[in-house]
Amino acid sequence: MKQKIRIAAGQGFWGDLPEAPVRQVEGGPIDYLMLDYLAEVTMSIMQKQRSRDPSAGYAKDFVPLMKQVLPACVERNIRVTANAGGVNVAGCAAAVKDVALELGLHGKLRLGLVTGDDIMPALDELLDRGIELRNMDTGAPLATVRDRIQSANVYLGAAPMLEALNLGARVVITGRATDTGLTLAPLMHEFGWSPNDWNKVAAGTIAGHIIECGAQCSGGNCQFEWRSIPNLADVGFPIIEAAPDGTFVVTKHDRTGGWVTIPSVKEQLLYEMGDPREYITPDCIADFSTVRLEYEGRDRVRVFGIEGRPATDTFKVSISYTAGFKAVGTLVYSWPDAYDKAQAADRILRARLDRLGLKFDQMLTEFVGANATHGPLAGRPREDLPEVQLRVGVRAEDRKAVEQFAKQIAPLVLTGPPGVTGFAGGRPKVEEIVAYWPALIPKTEITPAVSIIEV
Amino acid sequence: MKVQLVKIAHARSGDKGDTANVGLIALRDEIYPILVREVTSSRVKEHFKGISKGEVERFELPNLGALNFLLHESLGGGGTLSLMTDAQGKTFSTALLRMEIEVSEQEASTLELA
Repeated sequence: MKQKIRIAAGQGFWGDLPEAPVRQVEGGPIDYLMLDYLAEVTMSIMQKQRSRDPSAGYAKDFVPLMKQVLPACVERNIRVTANAGGVNVAGCAAAVKDVALELGLHGKLRLGLVTGDDIMPALDELLDRGIELRNMDTGAPLATVRDRIQSANVYLGAAPMLEALNLGARVVITGRATDTGLTLAPLMHEFGWSPNDWNKVAAGTIAGHIIECGAQCSGGNCQFEWRSIPNLADVGFPIIEAAPDGTFVVTKHDRTGGWVTIPSVKEQLLYEMGDPREYITPDCIADFSTVRLEYEGRDRVRVFGIEGRPATDTFKVSISYTAGFKAVGTLVYSWPDAYDKAQAADRILRARLDRLGLKFDQMLTEFVGANATHGPLAGRPREDLPEVQLRVGVRAEDRKAVEQFAKQIAPLVLTGPPGVTGFAGGRPKVEEIVAYWPALIPKTEITPAVSIIEV
Repeated sequence: MKVQLVKIAHARSGDKGDTANVGLIALRDEIYPILVREVTSSRVKEHFKGISKGEVERFELPNLGALNFLLHESLGGGGTLSLMTDAQGKTFSTALLRMEIEVSEQEASTLELA
């Protein structure tokens, strides 16, 4: 058994720095490249793409990326875990196989496919049997939005990814799977951890949490002494150096920018945190109140002491449903009286919308440059603000109402307060809202599937 | 004397649906007990009046010298439903750092805050 495994994070979301994974492979020794592509509503976007083109529905960027890094991965025995498969794992794997063949890797590569997360086909049957899939936030049963559902996927954990690795997969492609599982599965595979060794499973889970947002633990978006963070232009994405006992070091490649410090790791540990003693994944309950940190050298933070508890008997389900339409319009007002002018424009706009008899479920006005982020905490804006952006958004079930709103923004330029610009983008885009419905389902209802494709 | 949190702590925030979470981290270990004493969930609820509509929960993490706050009903519906510039609550961290808390003269001099 290896005494040290290096897992490198390459993408923190679909659309993260494109060159990051390549730099992780080329910048120094790693054993695994971990790529997290799926945010909460990504699956519904992919579902939409697939309904237009049956070969689409996965993270397209993953394929050219594999073309770039696969030769090095094969040569240096680097494995890849990625939830790039979206709603079309088979399509994604087929495209990866094509580029692998183009690269002359025939016979040198095994792809592992993890599916079984898609419960859309079984939804009516589940609801009929009394599995209500109530919204975890509101408590409402799913039946209330049944006819508007776009996608329904279970967050699978490390288990099926581990099975794929055990079957010799070099590249593991999943659909909806937890980002923490992408890091945990390699550690379980390499170190032979039992799925019931809760402390180690929790350690691997927290390792995954630390690196799942890419550079957000290595200097990106770091508030602690942000001016002192070196060379963010060349920021190094994080790497976990894990030991068989469940301890690990967070680090990054030498000669990269950013930093891995106790404050940068603490900030990421707390990111999107609920009850820190109960971080629930399909694999375990991780207890963040047990995490200990210490410096082990420059850009090296050692993490130890982690404890966990048995996993729950449910999987989380990510359901997306259409929820009306929205549009956001913006205009920029300049000195003098920038804030007053933007406020006047908002009053004029609202009077015109009223006169048209338009009703919205929600309408929000913000003054960017004055108080859009901190609201009343920002205090009264300075008298001499050089400019303020008026930003007005509406949301409604009725698409037509939102479209009429969109037509009322640009006219303010010639029919409202002076010193206005920033309308070059044209009419605000009316978009259909695809909202997120989190729910729980008994694990016994779900059968993850693992298959292998030989290249 | 009054001290603004930005002088003694750093923070990161994010979202879970319509709930914003703010992790507040003491810049030094000695500061953590002061945060525990002063930055209560009721003070945070009061601070975010007009921004957060729901309850505020607080969790203590002495191992990290940090507090985690959950600010419910804060993000205009959350996710894609929200019309807010900051629909993901990313700037709630710095909004919390605006808070001023009370420290004794002695604490201020021990912590060299003056």
